[in-house]
Amino acid sequence: MSNRMKNIVVPLVAVLLGVLVGTIIMVATGYNAGSAFIALWNGAFGEIYYTGEVVRQVTPYILAGLAVAFAFRTGLFNIGVEGQLIVGWLAAVWVGVAFELPKFIHLPLAVLAAAAAGAMWAFIPGLLKAKFKVHEVIVTIMMNYVALHVTNYIIRTVLSEKSDRTEMIAESASLRSPFLEGLTDYSRLHWGILIALACVFIMWFLLEKTSKGYELRAVGFNQHASEYAGMSVSKNIILSMVISGAFAGLAGAMEALGTFGYAAIKGGFTGVGFDGIAVALLGGNGPIGIIFAALLFGSLKVGALNMPLEAGVPNELVDIIIALIVFFVAASYMIRIFIDRISKKGVK
Amino acid sequence: MDYVIEMLNIRKEFPGIVANDNITLQLKPGEIHALLGENGAGKSTLMNVLFGLYQPEKGEIKVKGKPVRITDPNIANDLGIGMVHQHFMLVDRFTVTENIILGKETTKGGKIDIKKAEKEVREISERYGLAVDPQAKISDISVGMQQRVEILKTLYRGAEILIFDEPTAVLTPQEIKELIQIMKTLIQEGKSIILITHKLKEIMEVCDRVTVIRKGVGIGTVNVTETNPNELASLMVGREVTFKTDKTDSKPQEQVLEIHDLNVKDSRGLGVVNNLNLNVRAGEIVGIAGVDGNGQSELIEAITGLRKSESGSIKLNGKEIVNMSPRKVTETGVGHIPQDRHKHGLVLDFPIGENMVLQTYYKAPFSKKGVLNFKEIYSKAKKLIKEFDVRTPSEYTLARALSGGNQQKAIIGREIDRNPDLLIAAQPTRGLDVGAIEYIHKRLIEQRDQGKAVLLISFELDEIMNVSDRIAVIYEGEIVAVVDPKQTTEQELGLLMAGSKRKEAGGENHV
Repeated sequence: MSNRMKNIVVPLVAVLLGVLVGTIIMVATGYNAGSAFIALWNGAFGEIYYTGEVVRQVTPYILAGLAVAFAFRTGLFNIGVEGQLIVGWLAAVWVGVAFELPKFIHLPLAVLAAAAAGAMWAFIPGLLKAKFKVHEVIVTIMMNYVALHVTNYIIRTVLSEKSDRTEMIAESASLRSPFLEGLTDYSRLHWGILIALACVFIMWFLLEKTSKGYELRAVGFNQHASEYAGMSVSKNIILSMVISGAFAGLAGAMEALGTFGYAAIKGGFTGVGFDGIAVALLGGNGPIGIIFAALLFGSLKVGALNMPLEAGVPNELVDIIIALIVFFVAASYMIRIFIDRISKKGVK
Repeated sequence: MDYVIEMLNIRKEFPGIVANDNITLQLKPGEIHALLGENGAGKSTLMNVLFGLYQPEKGEIKVKGKPVRITDPNIANDLGIGMVHQHFMLVDRFTVTENIILGKETTKGGKIDIKKAEKEVREISERYGLAVDPQAKISDISVGMQQRVEILKTLYRGAEILIFDEPTAVLTPQEIKELIQIMKTLIQEGKSIILITHKLKEIMEVCDRVTVIRKGVGIGTVNVTETNPNELASLMVGREVTFKTDKTDSKPQEQVLEIHDLNVKDSRGLGVVNNLNLNVRAGEIVGIAGVDGNGQSELIEAITGLRKSESGSIKLNGKEIVNMSPRKVTETGVGHIPQDRHKHGLVLDFPIGENMVLQTYYKAPFSKKGVLNFKEIYSKAKKLIKEFDVRTPSEYTLARALSGGNQQKAIIGREIDRNPDLLIAAQPTRGLDVGAIEYIHKRLIEQRDQGKAVLLISFELDEIMNVSDRIAVIYEGEIVAVVDPKQTTEQELGLLMAGSKRKEAGGENHV
């Protein structure tokens, strides 16, 4: 089997194994797995409303996945997508409530503000890594908590008067679309999906087609050779984090300007940023792979909400299945060996 | 018992290539048997078959006359076959003893009996004259010592047959001498050795018989006493090989590189290049001879901008380039064949084609307004691959998949093609076989004849003597003498490199 084929088959097998083990867990704990999966399917695709919700959920997943993958492709682990997403969310809402502008200025401004905020949040770990060799994993994890609590503080004191949420953003900054909502039986589907897909293209083009992307990939693979060839390793590390953070910030903008239209005090993380790690991992850090992985996780998340209603199965089980899929992707070495064995036998 | 090991008509295929075809190797007890072949000829594959890492498609393996099937390395171990790998398999933070017993720990009540193990290791070490300290940490001992630990590891596991995979590639001349002594002791103690190498000198010195393979095919086995290096070389490469590099006298022109009173510190902050003076003119090759660790690496890094210089001046065509960024230095006209091709020379996970533009990717025609033009990149790569005889399935193959010699040819092609005024070649033939070495030397001389200045750094005296027009000897970060290769001997150079005669040479410091 060619490597390319393997890269497609391995995640598929991982998903199947995840579902399989999930089924065993359901059966072992006394639930009806069959009806659970039917409920899951119906909850994601049974009605056009649900499908709209799936696509809405997929939107930030794609962007969060891109953020993780972009950093990874250049040799960095951005575990701070969650924090960058949160500050992006806040920045978008801030611009959304603070100004009254025509839509063609206001909306792009709010979107860009989110990207800039995420980029800035990722710039700090990038700088620390480049200048002082502080490991980005530690800094980005810490920055997640800083982001969570700083945004909560700003929402409470600056953007509201001791309330636990901001006002709604101005209509001129919203991604909401009555057209898409009407199309999907009044789901919260919004125009953000187009931004996410555009970003998939941007990531691919930037990494694969530009000289800057060549540099970023070279630094990711071999810093010594890059330095020898005259590239600035520290500049590229910072740039990579900044771009990654911008994608994460945009993921926040999707929630801010599309799904919710406001920012509220958060008791904990949204989880979208962390799920982005799983999306990137399952999608093999490639643009097309990320779209499919985001689609899978999005439909699992949305479909899961229907499981308690229709089948009486707790929706946490879907989280278990997602965790299992991630586990099997991470353990893909196992699957690869297995595939090698099978294809060898086939040849003989 | 005629043979301890017989590998008969071995054939091993990989998808698309036949790595070993009909190779027969028979090892007599108590002999050192060389396995000779170019890089990529299939030596390692054959040994991996013997060591149980690969299964042959055809052929038979006999150990002490009995047919065996070696399906994994543990079986090879049980049969008394041990391998000293080229790239050591040691845990840096463990002691010598801990490394040796790893996987075969002697325990007492569930605890590792380290005292007993240390005693055993010491005994074996003394018996074979290895002089290894069982309590030393791997990270604290030299490369040569680490290799001895690898040897000890196989002996500790009861190996009767030792396979050495290119053991001298990483050693200094002194360490090589010691290793040869160790190998002779091993033979006296009744072991048999297979030595994988492409260094003819070593074969002539220690081996009894040689089996030659070329492009995966067994060429035959000869007695060392009945052959000579020339014959071996042509058997290996498949054509006549000249050892003396043909070249006319140099016609040095204007100064290209002028280094004046250069001081450089190493990463620990110690001064390793001290008031160094050196000139290289257009149309000449200056060889820097010296024992490893006398400031050669830091000198190159300082010239190429990879390391900061403390003081002094480096001029290229009269223009000051000291402490310029690597890119500026490159653009000013310096080509650099780095010492470590994997670390510095190539991005191994890039296709070989993309590696060909590692310094020029941002310039037209490879890049236009920040967008890469892959058509141009790959047509350039294709041209260089052809011109420099880089053997690769295609220009889209990952650099990692190429053999060392072909990787090096690719780097040389890339550097020469940029048409630099100064070409720095650091250990350009390290780990390569005679065919590739001959080729690379020719290319360096060709550059010289085209009026380029070439600075050659090498730890191989043969290479320095053969290729250079002038030899500058470096010792403790200073050029202690400059000699004419035609009027010097290896002995004289060896003494200079060891720091003697320093005072007499002092007056000629300024080259």
